[in-house]
Amino acid sequence: MHDDEDDLKHPSDNNQERSGVSRRDFLKISGIAAAVPAVAGAPTDLAAQTGAPVYGPGKVPMEFTINGKTYKAQLEPRVTLLDALRDEFEITGAKRVCDRGECGACTVLIKGKTVYACSILAIEAQQTPIMTVESIMAEGKLHPIQQAFIDNDASQCGFCTPGFVVSCKAMLDAVPSPSADQIRQHMSGNLCRCGTYEGIRKAIAQVAQKGA
Amino acid sequence: MRPFEYVTPETSKEAIGLLGKSWGATEILAGGTDLLALMKDDVVTPKRLVNIKGLKDLQGVNASPQGLRIGALTTLGELADDATLKKDYPAVAEAVIEAASPQIRNMATIGGNLCQRPRCWYFRSGLGLSPKDEAGKDVVGAGDNRYHAILGNEGAVKFVSPSTLAPILIAHRAKLTLEGPRGKRELPLEKFFVAPKTASDREHDLGPNELVTELILPAASGWSAAHYEIRQKAAFDWPLAVAAVSLKMSGKNVQAARVVLGYVAPTPWLSPAAEKALTGQSITEDVAEKAAAAALATAKPLSQNAYKVQLARVALKRAILKAGGAA
Amino acid sequence: MADYGWPKAEDRSLIGKRTTRVDAPAKVSGQAKYTYDTHRPGMLYGKIVRCPYAKAKIVSIDTSAAEKLAGVKAVHVIQKVGSTVQWAGDEVVAIAAVDERVADDAARLVKIQYQKMPHFVSDAEPPKGAGDTAGPMSEDDIDDAISNQMPDQQLIEYLGTHGVTFKADADYFKQVKEWGYPDPVIEAIRKAQFHEVKGGGGHSNYQRAAAITQGEGAKALATADVVSDGLYGASAITHCCLESHGSISEWTEPDKLFVHMSTQNVSGIPGQMAEPLKIPAANIRVHQDHIGGGFGSKFSPDRWGVATAEISKKADGKPVRIMLERDTELEIAGMRPSAFARVKVGAKKDGTIVAWQSDSWGTGGPGGGGMPPIPYVFNIANQEKNHTAIKTNQGPARAWRAPSHPQAAAITMCALEDCAAKLEMDPVEFFLKNLDLAKPRTEIYREELGIASDLMGWKQKWQPRGKNRSGNIAHGLGLSMHTWGGRGHNSDCDFTINPDGSVEIKLGSQDLGTGTRTSIMVVAADTLGIPLDQIKLFIGDSTYPVSGGSGGSTTIGGVSSSTRRAAVDARDALFAKVAPALNVQPDQLEAVSGNIRVKGDSSRSLSWKDACSKIGAMPITSHGKNPDRAKPPDLTNSGVGGVQMAEVQVDVDTGIVQVKKMVAVQDCGLIINLKTAESQCYGALIMGISYALFEEKIMDPVTGRMLNPNMQFYRLAGLNDIPELVVHMMTGKGYDERGVIGLGEPPVISPGAAIANAVANALGVRVPFLPLTPDRVLAALQQNAKKGAA
Repeated sequence: MHDDEDDLKHPSDNNQERSGVSRRDFLKISGIAAAVPAVAGAPTDLAAQTGAPVYGPGKVPMEFTINGKTYKAQLEPRVTLLDALRDEFEITGAKRVCDRGECGACTVLIKGKTVYACSILAIEAQQTPIMTVESIMAEGKLHPIQQAFIDNDASQCGFCTPGFVVSCKAMLDAVPSPSADQIRQHMSGNLCRCGTYEGIRKAIAQVAQKGA
Repeated sequence: MRPFEYVTPETSKEAIGLLGKSWGATEILAGGTDLLALMKDDVVTPKRLVNIKGLKDLQGVNASPQGLRIGALTTLGELADDATLKKDYPAVAEAVIEAASPQIRNMATIGGNLCQRPRCWYFRSGLGLSPKDEAGKDVVGAGDNRYHAILGNEGAVKFVSPSTLAPILIAHRAKLTLEGPRGKRELPLEKFFVAPKTASDREHDLGPNELVTELILPAASGWSAAHYEIRQKAAFDWPLAVAAVSLKMSGKNVQAARVVLGYVAPTPWLSPAAEKALTGQSITEDVAEKAAAAALATAKPLSQNAYKVQLARVALKRAILKAGGAA
Repeated sequence: MADYGWPKAEDRSLIGKRTTRVDAPAKVSGQAKYTYDTHRPGMLYGKIVRCPYAKAKIVSIDTSAAEKLAGVKAVHVIQKVGSTVQWAGDEVVAIAAVDERVADDAARLVKIQYQKMPHFVSDAEPPKGAGDTAGPMSEDDIDDAISNQMPDQQLIEYLGTHGVTFKADADYFKQVKEWGYPDPVIEAIRKAQFHEVKGGGGHSNYQRAAAITQGEGAKALATADVVSDGLYGASAITHCCLESHGSISEWTEPDKLFVHMSTQNVSGIPGQMAEPLKIPAANIRVHQDHIGGGFGSKFSPDRWGVATAEISKKADGKPVRIMLERDTELEIAGMRPSAFARVKVGAKKDGTIVAWQSDSWGTGGPGGGGMPPIPYVFNIANQEKNHTAIKTNQGPARAWRAPSHPQAAAITMCALEDCAAKLEMDPVEFFLKNLDLAKPRTEIYREELGIASDLMGWKQKWQPRGKNRSGNIAHGLGLSMHTWGGRGHNSDCDFTINPDGSVEIKLGSQDLGTGTRTSIMVVAADTLGIPLDQIKLFIGDSTYPVSGGSGGSTTIGGVSSSTRRAAVDARDALFAKVAPALNVQPDQLEAVSGNIRVKGDSSRSLSWKDACSKIGAMPITSHGKNPDRAKPPDLTNSGVGGVQMAEVQVDVDTGIVQVKKMVAVQDCGLIINLKTAESQCYGALIMGISYALFEEKIMDPVTGRMLNPNMQFYRLAGLNDIPELVVHMMTGKGYDERGVIGLGEPPVISPGAAIANAVANALGVRVPFLPLTPDRVLAALQQNAKKGAA
């Protein structure tokens, strides 16, 4: 397919698209050549000169370990981990809000560390354990931070809550009794609109006290 | 996001071979935190993504008497946790923690931080680095430029260089190693950032088929450094002004100084005028103020960003006092 | 007739106590399902192609390539060729495809040509006299009039009287003919007199929306000992619901639609979708379990919601999901209008306010918008007010929590505080002095001002303007007052007590995160004397009894009142069944602590379960309906007051404002659940800090688009921006007996004004507009320094 550099040139590289108004709308003002349609297919070895395996642009088989279970799907490389979780596997605790790594509603754990699932490709997240908010309640039992969220009314509409729960858990795992400054550093990646920060702060204090 | 093919080379040679000779068709994927956003917004539209996370020689932090060698794939989180960095380069460690939210720190790499694209809202709207309207008129000048450059803004571009780490790294005389088809080259970090002269130029001295492989922080003993950001929100937020200062003291007096401003110009902004104003002086409020004023003397604010001149001056004054131990 | 009255304080088992919200476990574990989380069998993914221009005419639409793309199931043109788009991001074409990627690809293949038209997005102060008189029409004005369906005859007469600002040529007439202008209108344009307008365009973007004089008007300023004079206001902000607007539509039968929608108005949506879809409302079912924020922006299905149903129909009725993307959500799905004003306030030396004069302006998008209710809270005897509405291509305004009140508070409370400063009076004293103007809540405000002052430590901390500074840090205190209605809406309730003791309640209402579910259950459980977990509550479906939309703080009064009625009726029916077994008259029974027992004799009692076993085969059912709104309310009421105070520190070198403490004292009648009521106040203070310091919908004069439709430059306050918050609810005697009053709006009204006043107190100079960003703070300081030097 694209073993030649000219072939790799995208129709949009002729700058027509950037000169004007096309923004996130992916919208054409006047006739501009089409994007290449997605073509389904197995991984194809296109980089003969290097020998590195090439996947896509069509669908390729992928396998994930999510909350201890194996999930398989045929996905294009352009699918984010968040969209794979939500739309392919219907694991919807992580929310799609900004989709740009700005709000934290999609926070999940990879190797115990918080990441934004919207900002990582699904194809990269294979072969590494992924934990979502759904896994934090172990065997039907709420984690102390979840109980503390409930006790302190730390959710209103609740759309940011799963992300906050994951971030709080990761913080308390790393720092059981966080100082104000540590809370500041650890909790800067999640946003709430209803204004539940007061409850979240109390919830953190409740667990931190017990832990100490 | 548009479709692309995804390649996972294992060596830098392989990776370089997979990158095109011109911009646009291929992109390097490392942390991905900026790249994926740019792709979702259709600002960059690669047909091939080269995931370099498997390149072993780009990983790890190694301390030596000459300094710290930081693999380009080191995440900001790993860097913030590095014991040597915390001990010998505390101002850098502080800047790294302030540079991003914990989730981003866990994903983003130091190489990616230096290579991230400008946050200019016109650029992010797909209007390019030097946005023009249909009549060829400069959009930034006529539009909303409250966050744009106050220095070095008379050329083709008016965005501000987005890395909040670059100023403090440059203040530490950091060097960058790049690798391309013809092998490796090393350059002072400040030379890596360039103000594009035309709409098609890039803001980095980086070839389309070059990789950033390593950041080198020279030994900092005898130097005292500080980083100061002014931003609206208490925790992570894109700053309005950044200042970084590194001072070599001889007794009470400054023997040598490096002064770098961020978020004021299309590149991190070294200020020889401020350095000169500091050299030979002992750090006082007055000296700091004069040096800061000297750094901003040539500022030419746009229609809506005169306030940034003051913010940059204040940030620099505070960074100088902090580095000098007076604050 | 049954006595529906609220139980006496000593008889309440749950009402007024702190009850943990019942859906919290689902929310903290990721189990709560929102519209965005819902998957329907065979669901398709929709994408909307949007206009990138702030104003443009659609010249051509070619969807052929998109239709041919494999995986595309339907393409639907929303706005036809010839339509004029009035704001960037407006929807033109919808696509449905097997997955989101294909929908994206197809959207890129849609070719639309536009004829760009001049846009206007600025809400800067109108030129003197703008909007005073009607003027000649530009091409745009005529096009707007036609797009907005101004009656032809009216348009023709207007053109005859006022003329046009342009010389129409043959090309123009050819084009408007193509666009479908009616011939009589074209003829009127041909005959219209030409008037040259200097500066061109924009003239008719200004409309005189109000010109009101009360008492002696501005003349009364002459009788004042001091007159303060200032500039105040708040920039436009967006709602930024975390769950974006959107829905999943599917046709279960050729004329029956099933919709999952993120909405504040479950019962009301079918009626709104019926007409555009040309099916009876009864054929539309709307369902929602949880909603990720609304704040006033989700009452309508919106054009994209209707388009989702339409494209589902084209895709053989398959479920289609269209949720807005973040940029669109911020750009067009939420906007609180801007409001600014130049105000003069006149007062006597003793602090008595005598006169108000204001020239205000602002934009609510294409419609222009109205004047906020100024002067707010204080009904000043002599007033003269003019308001100029600015019609812009910003996208339409939506109700944002307490519509127009936060702006009114920002203008009024800041103008009054400036007047107090001019009198060198403590603003608390000044407000107290004038409380007679705040009828009928004078005494409530007096009590609240006292409590708030104590909680803030106002007396110990307050210093005159600009006097509390240490180094570069200036400290200040500020306050504001607010009011709101909040009477309950209509909200019917079906109530069932089953012979096995289980209780089922159904309402068409919705829980926006305010705790509506929990409150309904608290009322029912308190009335029946049973624990919460014995009650099954069903809300969020349009097949349930009709509830009003959750807006204007009407929900709590509505659902608590109808639930109380239904529960009392069901309980009394149960008493009738149980009475023979206990050998008493039904009216001698009470339901307490899981038992039905004889009043005053706990030895004669049946457990709830045993009592219910007497019901017989058929369950007890009742229907709760609130009294006609024309009648005076009984269980609910209207009209609350609140006082808020803020303590800030400002770095005078950087202009960065930090809020150090906030106090909210709030009255809302009888509180059903103190825990979630307090959360409303905490949340409102936090939202208020966010709009006071950070939020602004930034419009680009060049492209006419919003420049910050994302969550990095549309800044929301984070956890770390929130200081110590103190919330005090006015409860007990004098408050409880008023009945239940809504709380969603009131506490979010004052934070901006209180913080702005605290900043003015700290700096000694007024920063006119919210948000109080560093550029604005520094500009105010510099201007003041210049004044001082002059």
